[in-house]
Amino acid sequence: MEVVKQTAGASHAAEAKKKFWTPSRREALVGWLFLIPEIVGMLLLNVFALGFSLYLSFSKWDMLSGLPGIEWIGLGNYKELFHDPAILEALKNNLLYTVMTVPIPIAIALVLAVVINNSGFLKSYFKVVFFIPYISSIIAIAAVWSALLHPSLGPVNQLLMQLGIDAPPKWLVDPKTSLLSIAIIGTWASLGYTIIIYTAGLTNISNEIYEASEIDGASPLKKFFRITVPLLRPTTFFLAITMLIGSFKVFDIISYLTEGGPNNSSTVLVYRIYEEGFRNYDMGYASAISWLLFAIIGIITAATWKLGKD
Amino acid sequence: MATKLSKSIITVLLGAFSLMFLTPLVWMVSSAFKFEKDVMRFPIQWIPEKINFVYNFKSVWMGRVPFYDFYWNSLKVAIITTLITLLISTMSAYALTKLRFRGRHMIFLAMLSFMIIPDQATLIPRFLIIRWLGLYDTHAAIILMSMFSIYFTFLLRQFMSDISDEYLEAARIDGAGHLRTFFSIMIPLCRPVLATVAIIKFIWTWNDYQNPLIFLLSKKLYTIPLGITLFRDDYTNNYAIMMMAALSAIIPLLAIFIIMQKQVINGIALGGVKG
Repeated sequence: MEVVKQTAGASHAAEAKKKFWTPSRREALVGWLFLIPEIVGMLLLNVFALGFSLYLSFSKWDMLSGLPGIEWIGLGNYKELFHDPAILEALKNNLLYTVMTVPIPIAIALVLAVVINNSGFLKSYFKVVFFIPYISSIIAIAAVWSALLHPSLGPVNQLLMQLGIDAPPKWLVDPKTSLLSIAIIGTWASLGYTIIIYTAGLTNISNEIYEASEIDGASPLKKFFRITVPLLRPTTFFLAITMLIGSFKVFDIISYLTEGGPNNSSTVLVYRIYEEGFRNYDMGYASAISWLLFAIIGIITAATWKLGKD
Repeated sequence: MATKLSKSIITVLLGAFSLMFLTPLVWMVSSAFKFEKDVMRFPIQWIPEKINFVYNFKSVWMGRVPFYDFYWNSLKVAIITTLITLLISTMSAYALTKLRFRGRHMIFLAMLSFMIIPDQATLIPRFLIIRWLGLYDTHAAIILMSMFSIYFTFLLRQFMSDISDEYLEAARIDGAGHLRTFFSIMIPLCRPVLATVAIIKFIWTWNDYQNPLIFLLSKKLYTIPLGITLFRDDYTNNYAIMMMAALSAIIPLLAIFIIMQKQVINGIALGGVKG
């Protein structure tokens, strides 16, 4: 492979002048030109944005005062984070939301994927039914569910009352059940994705392994736990990482359905960033929350990675 | 015998479970056809006795909330974003796989490490960048914020590295320049994966709520997901109209999904990360 020298030596100047655009130099130039848009995007939206938000996280700034108004306050924002009840509530809710929307849906989806895979001619029907909510606009989905879960008139509670439950949960408007309701809607909307990824993983398991175990007289349950689950490990690992990260980024349905309420009972870190940054114009504090979120996601990714490797 | 019986029991159970996913959508469709007073009536009228479709349709599409504009805006933003993303990501992937020069591995590693940065962690600076560029409250802001996709570059790179270099060398021997090789050899070879990427990107952009929420102010510029919030505020407790709006938002996606089911599912299964 030829190595391109970006700087032509002075001693070769005369020679180089004639044949400066050698094919490999030309290839390098074209390569960089092709990469320019992506590199500009990365520099602007990742490198600069991350650096600037780090700087802001140590400052006090309301944006309206312009760049000279940025005031360095050291660790002030970070100290405030851990005394802010809304942030502590958001952290707790993020954790609860993760617990509700990662392990349980993964288990359900795994079982469903296996069952769907064996369901013969109905296979594509099931795949489509579970998948439609995932491709639908999450806000449209949220609009449908907010009607279904209406505390007094909604079909869900009317059904529950018909079944003899006198005081059904008030779902989204009750601080005790608001986060749970959001977790249910979020899971309902994304289960299709988890199923599809598992179904793709299942097609990679060869039938011979199952046939061999059948000759040995293995029961369906044994096959599931001894063959399917271990062989799907890489898929489960992939899903665990993406869903963990995704659960910490939850925002859209919360913003539409509860705006973090009632009483911050369904607030999360991203919603705090939105509220502090775009409602209170406290750009420094919002940046500090952003870095808290970034740190949490980084730690989770690293930890899951390590766990998955062993 | 026993397995056949258990198989049908499982299918029935699965069918019952799948109803949990189907009924909310059926309820949405049926409510969109109803008079408001019948929407919350119990037991549910799955097939409405009295149809109020025309009124609901008119209220959504020609009423005081400019839903027609939202549709047009969504279409415009989603199509432009998809095309630009395809171009940027294909160009990068081509440079990273088929052109040899110093630094390309470094660039690739940088991309990989940027992939873990959550969008929300850079939300504040993104907002400031848009203001400084004078793009606040324009569609260009949303397009600019969603047109770079390291994820799609990554997918395309994967696909292109499986394409044999011989095709490209043959073109070069025939005297084709880099640009021509890219446009008339590489892009046609990538057509299947480009179709998949385009569909997924279109769906994501269509459904995007966060960027329009932060970068748009004028109602006339709203895209559909943001527009739906206006129905909630404007037609408080008129669920028939809300469901008509929700249905209208979902229909193009359903159409895409039904026509191109395979590409959509494969595209997601390709290793999909949402957003």
